[in-house]
Amino acid sequence: MNPEYRLHHPKWYRRKVPIFWWLSKWSYMKFILRELTSLAVVYAAVLLLLQVVAVSRGEEAYANFLAFLERPGVLAANILIILGLLFHAVTWFNLAPQALVLRLLGRRIPDRVVLLAHYLGWLTVSALIFGGLARL
Amino acid sequence: MADTVAIEVRRYRPEEKSEPYWQRYEVPFREEWMILDALNYIKDNLDGSLSYRWACRMGVCGSCGMMVGGEPILTCASYLADHLPGPIRIEPLRGFPVVRDLVNNLDDFMDKLTAVKPWIVREEEKPLSEGEYLQTPEELDAYKQYSMCINCMLCYAACPIYELEPAFIGPAAIALAQRYNFDSRDQGADERMDHLSRDEGIWACTFVGECSVVCPKDVDPAGAIQRYKVKAMTQWYKSMLLPWGEPKR
Repeated sequence: MNPEYRLHHPKWYRRKVPIFWWLSKWSYMKFILRELTSLAVVYAAVLLLLQVVAVSRGEEAYANFLAFLERPGVLAANILIILGLLFHAVTWFNLAPQALVLRLLGRRIPDRVVLLAHYLGWLTVSALIFGGLARL
Repeated sequence: MADTVAIEVRRYRPEEKSEPYWQRYEVPFREEWMILDALNYIKDNLDGSLSYRWACRMGVCGSCGMMVGGEPILTCASYLADHLPGPIRIEPLRGFPVVRDLVNNLDDFMDKLTAVKPWIVREEEKPLSEGEYLQTPEELDAYKQYSMCINCMLCYAACPIYELEPAFIGPAAIALAQRYNFDSRDQGADERMDHLSRDEGIWACTFVGECSVVCPKDVDPAGAIQRYKVKAMTQWYKSMLLPWGEPKR
């Protein structure tokens, strides 16, 4: 007999959630990675701002900034950051159809169409930016 | 093919031991058996003290949900053969307190469900003499998916947020709130929004998405919650940006 037990007094059991609960399943891990890679988005935005600041300070400051970016350590880190950004963007886009339930002519627009529209939008914006840069 | 298969059940008998433990049983292997049939075999032939819930045996009542091999499933709807070679590990649903063996206490879900008013709310009931509230097939289609929920609570067991933040209202209750919000006869959307647009309501959800993966009825609670967030956000923007605010429906 368990000494802590009293008849007719329910003694419920609740497990303690392990700290590394998210390692137990790939889908949980993917979720944690998706959330963590949002830091890569922050990093990319800050990097862009620093670049703008460097440009505004003149040619020498910008050359220094570019030299900093070309350091092997920084280059390697930025490649990782880009991979993180891509992971974040793709996993985020893949979730969009679940949140966007749109109807056209009385029928739900299929998930694939919503997804495709997102990727097309991404491509279009990227093409516009690169096209604009090429003309400069 | 093996004649028997090993089943390991997570047992909790508070009057005997304060911690749960694994108990192993050997049951005959039959190709047509579901996991639930194996549990019934144990109960009838090997150990009558094993406790678990079940009723309909056909995926409708939603009482036999358990963790099998770490995944929340309806044990009446999953073949023993799909979990070979074994040992097949069966645990109570995650996230809910365990009363005994495979039996969870579900009061928390029941309270949360009631709080979202899962019924048709009318500002004013029309008199019976005016007849029923009519609905077109398109209007039925708008909420039908969410009405398929059988309250089996597999979505809660799959949701890591619910286990970490037990105050979270949770997938099924929010999906059922949406079932009525999207019903053309209902007028309770604003009341439900007041209750659900809180930290422990829709905003606690971080869109892990596993609730929709494990749902045996394809209700897609994750989608229902994200649609709620979109609605709450557009309402907020309208109330901030439009001089006349968001009109109540």
